[in-house]
Amino acid sequence: MTIRFHLNGRAIHVDVPPDRRVVDVLRRDLGLAGSKECCGSGECGACTILVDGESRLSCLMLAAQLEGRQVTTIEGVAVDGRLHPVQAAFVEYGAVQCGYCTPGMVMAAMDLLQRTPDLTRARIREGLAGNLCRCTGYQKIVDAVQAAAVTSESDHD
Amino acid sequence: MTPDTERPQIGLSLPRPDARDKVTGRTVYAIDAFPDGLVWAGVKRADVPHARLITVDTDAAARIPGVVRVLTHRDVPGPNRQGIVHQDQPILATETIRSVSDAVALVLAETRESLRTALGLIRVDSEPLPAVFDPEEALADGAPRVHEDHGSNLMAEVILNKGDADEGLGSAEVVVEGSFEVPRQEHAYLETEGGWAVETPDGRLEITVGTQSPYRDRREIAAALGLPMERIRVITPFMGGGFGGKDGASVQSLLALAALNASGRPVKMVWDREESFMASVKRVPARLEYRVGLGSDGTLHALICRLTMDGGPYDHLGGEVLSAAVEHAGGAYRIPHVRVEGRIAYTNNPLSGPFRGFGVPQATAAVEQMMDICAERLGMEPLALRLKNVLRRGDRTPAGVTLIYSTGAEACLRTLASHPFWTERSNWKAGAAPYKRRGVGVACLSHGSSYGPLVPDYATARVVLGLDGRFQVDASVVDMGQGNAATYLQMAGDILNQRMDDLSPVLPDTDRTLPACSSAASRTTYTYGNALITATGRLKERILDHAALMLMAGSGNEFELVPRAVRHLPSGRDIPLDQVAATMPAESRVSTYYWRAPVARDRVDVKLTSAIGIPHIVFSFAAHLVRVEIDDLTGRVDVLDYLAATDAGRVLNPQLYEQQVQGGVVQGLGYALSEDYMVKEGRGLTPNLATYIIPTAMDAPDMISVPVETMEPTGPYGQKGVGEIPINGPLPAVANAVADACGVRIFQAPLTPERILAALSAARRS
Repeated sequence: MTIRFHLNGRAIHVDVPPDRRVVDVLRRDLGLAGSKECCGSGECGACTILVDGESRLSCLMLAAQLEGRQVTTIEGVAVDGRLHPVQAAFVEYGAVQCGYCTPGMVMAAMDLLQRTPDLTRARIREGLAGNLCRCTGYQKIVDAVQAAAVTSESDHD
Repeated sequence: MTPDTERPQIGLSLPRPDARDKVTGRTVYAIDAFPDGLVWAGVKRADVPHARLITVDTDAAARIPGVVRVLTHRDVPGPNRQGIVHQDQPILATETIRSVSDAVALVLAETRESLRTALGLIRVDSEPLPAVFDPEEALADGAPRVHEDHGSNLMAEVILNKGDADEGLGSAEVVVEGSFEVPRQEHAYLETEGGWAVETPDGRLEITVGTQSPYRDRREIAAALGLPMERIRVITPFMGGGFGGKDGASVQSLLALAALNASGRPVKMVWDREESFMASVKRVPARLEYRVGLGSDGTLHALICRLTMDGGPYDHLGGEVLSAAVEHAGGAYRIPHVRVEGRIAYTNNPLSGPFRGFGVPQATAAVEQMMDICAERLGMEPLALRLKNVLRRGDRTPAGVTLIYSTGAEACLRTLASHPFWTERSNWKAGAAPYKRRGVGVACLSHGSSYGPLVPDYATARVVLGLDGRFQVDASVVDMGQGNAATYLQMAGDILNQRMDDLSPVLPDTDRTLPACSSAASRTTYTYGNALITATGRLKERILDHAALMLMAGSGNEFELVPRAVRHLPSGRDIPLDQVAATMPAESRVSTYYWRAPVARDRVDVKLTSAIGIPHIVFSFAAHLVRVEIDDLTGRVDVLDYLAATDAGRVLNPQLYEQQVQGGVVQGLGYALSEDYMVKEGRGLTPNLATYIIPTAMDAPDMISVPVETMEPTGPYGQKGVGEIPINGPLPAVANAVADACGVRIFQAPLTPERILAALSAARRS
């Protein structure tokens, strides 16, 4: 089945079975291995992508659900080598260790920043509770998202 | 701050150079590769805990379209035995099945779908054998034997004696007893086991895999498959976590075997989460029985304890985990009379072995709760009792090693004692809301780094000046996420005065990098760093001497390195490094250095059956404090505050140091409060991340990390290992805080809401 959607700003189409998992379409068929699979059942958040700007778990979505959507993966977040404020903050604040949760965590944090004004540390923790990290203890991830919230706000001014 | 122009200096927080690729999704992990023409490989598991294997019927599976090969033990060349110390684990089961996760067949297929179908069609005919699931029962006379060729189920035994423990305990004014149980913890790294392998046209096997020990794997794979080691190449990219769980065999030999049967096509294997949980090694569960003798003034006189551990079906460094527990059983204290008897048993339970801390978290969980129990019995404050007995430089450890190097345990404890979390704890506890109760707990920690005296703990560092004037630094000790590769660049960059983007790491590849021991034992920066400092210093001298030749100057002393150039200081003239490199002999641009960690010279009385052994000589220390609030109605524990004072020597990069402390503490909080890979008759009852609960961002507190910076004379720039020690603290600190809040102690971890409610209601009844 041919499925047409926008991937990282570009119109594309893929010919895949409609019930193929989106994480496999991305990683295997399109060679975008930045989205990670770690549990395959929606418990860890490592495969998070943005669909029409909202965070979704690509291991729980089927290819047909992408028809006509705007899809953003981690590969499409930095523009012309310029990091998104969330990515830049993750680097600067030491929010990255093994990095395997990082792509999903960055996507979830971007969604959280868009949705939630006035982000407190507690709200950040709540918003990222669906994304597991086994290395960092989360503190520096929270630091980074908090810093990115400030940066994003000043960007809007 | 732009990382790509950063000039690395020791002691400064420097963003990790690997972070940029990780935040943009460009880092390629072992399981991210999809080579052209790949074949998928997968394992059929026994699904019975103990049985005699009669036949494996592979006919139906082999007939599935797309199935390339179905292999059983008959297809394994060589001895078909893997293992680090004792080679007792078959790659594919032969006559006996010893655990539900034993691999009985290996299938190669064109697609994952055909692989799945074929695996489902393999029939295993076996005859059940009496199984054993409890280590005490396994060690009793007449227990069913897990290995028929092993005289008993005793995997290893370690007995440590110092002074006269019976006499010491007999003459003590106060004797306190306690018995503790700690659970089987799953590593739950986000990247499951996996990788890919290919047999090259010249007959070599190239295996790209997430592993903490590529050099040892190469030897192990070769031995198990009866191949010469030179035929095997192991390549390890950045890893998605390891924590000890990828220190030893998982997919390595299976991938090699699959590649040998794939006619030169690349073979890929990835364990899904449930397979990873089922088949991967776990933290060794333990029972710890303690008797401590003290004077009425709180002076520790004697310790007698018995440790019983469940190693599961195969020796996956079980003896070494036990050794570490025995050595650290007396904690960070002066105890003149000690006897520790440790045993680890073969059982038909899941495999257990290394996990961050080896056996030290288990031992610390017990001894640090004993300290609180002793303090309560004597009417002393918990910190006062610890300060009275804490190890100081020149003291002997409970194992009998003289602490000749940096020893900051007391300073760590004093950091807690002067903190408002401690000094104002009475007021804070009184502020609990209705139906809430609050408690404050502490723990004092020690952790021996590197291997023991018997297996050399070494690394050979290499740094190369390239013709482009940039430097390549081998990172042959695997970076499983802890950032040691970044630290190596920081060290080399500091010595060579080069920008971070003019330095690149060469990740472990047994064909390209030089042999080094595993990424484990708090040794990755300590051992490799020592080798690297000398290697880099020598390269710098050669570069400066060569510059002197080029300019016909008096000597290299007139020169210094600056970013991308050598500067002649008297004239102020710079020679670009690529010009220097172009005229240097190739062999002069490469500098290597071998360094081996020191070992203790004290003669200690230890009888042991394992190879790595005890004792250690370099120890990191720490003291942790936790503030918890408990809900009376639900039994839920909220960890509100955490303070960790750590003596890991000099801090090379505060940001990476904090990463280790914070990450280790939260992994330890999981061990304390929720993580328990539960098993019934050898089968996991918590098979995935929905049932095995690791901490989320909402469960973790904001933590305060206070470095207590001693100067470790044997360490690189005074550094000691910081990777493991943080995980030793949370379980005993939380258990002590819960006891402080509830007035009753729970001797079995994790401290789940159910256990807390049961303890609270028992306390109400009595």
